[in-house]
Amino acid sequence: MPKLLISTLESVPGYTISKHLGLVQGSSVRAKHMGRDIMAGFKNMVGGELKGYTELLQETRDEALERMQGEAEAIGANAVLNVRLATSSVTAGAAEVFAYGSAVLLAPSVGAAG
Amino acid sequence: MDALIQLLIFAVLLGIGFIFGSAAEKRHYASIRQREKELRGLIIVPEKRLPRQDCDTAFVCGSVVIAQDYFKMTLAGFVHFFGGRMGAYETLLERARREAILRMKEQAAQQRARLIFNVKFSTCNLMGQEQRGAGCVEVTAYGTAIIPHARA
Repeated sequence: MPKLLISTLESVPGYTISKHLGLVQGSSVRAKHMGRDIMAGFKNMVGGELKGYTELLQETRDEALERMQGEAEAIGANAVLNVRLATSSVTAGAAEVFAYGSAVLLAPSVGAAG
Repeated sequence: MDALIQLLIFAVLLGIGFIFGSAAEKRHYASIRQREKELRGLIIVPEKRLPRQDCDTAFVCGSVVIAQDYFKMTLAGFVHFFGGRMGAYETLLERARREAILRMKEQAAQQRARLIFNVKFSTCNLMGQEQRGAGCVEVTAYGTAIIPHARA
């Protein structure tokens, strides 16, 4: 089992939830930098994927998830279940990614098949 | 004279959007169909409970930011005026969702997963507040990949 497991499910196979530790969350806001923005402006004329933005939002999401995991670790959890992601464009040119889930303490279940 | 130049620029942009935009969309659809065929073995289940316990789980996530071309957006502007189906947005969102699913599946396939459980989507308009080129969306698909134990 990895250091801190995250999952969109409500349970983990082979483990039982021994303790609920409440909601944990992490968010990150990033702005596109000028060069990328200008390139994206051109790309907007012809359509297609804006790779710069895809990468930017991926980094943002990773950071949000990391922060959420950090918070979970700080309160002594070893997994975050039922994780959800949400993106919103707070102002023109910046996006926020928000990750949240419930922090739990898992223990190997007795008599499990795995 | 000024108005004429502006009109000319507008026409050129429309033309560029139409030519390159249609080609890009066609290419994208072809690539999506091809990859969907390759990854058909990996099944997505919108279900929360696992039927079996002898497996590992991993968080997988795919995302894409995609824009519609200038020509289609202008067309959509007219539709906005008269009402009706907005084809420009329909294809934009469809492509974005299918692409996001594919990227999530590719990530899951790398970890030798067979199934992806409880998949969720999140969609966001990235240029909502700006007037110019409003057709830019981000779609994220995420879920839990189910990886059977090596002995199974």
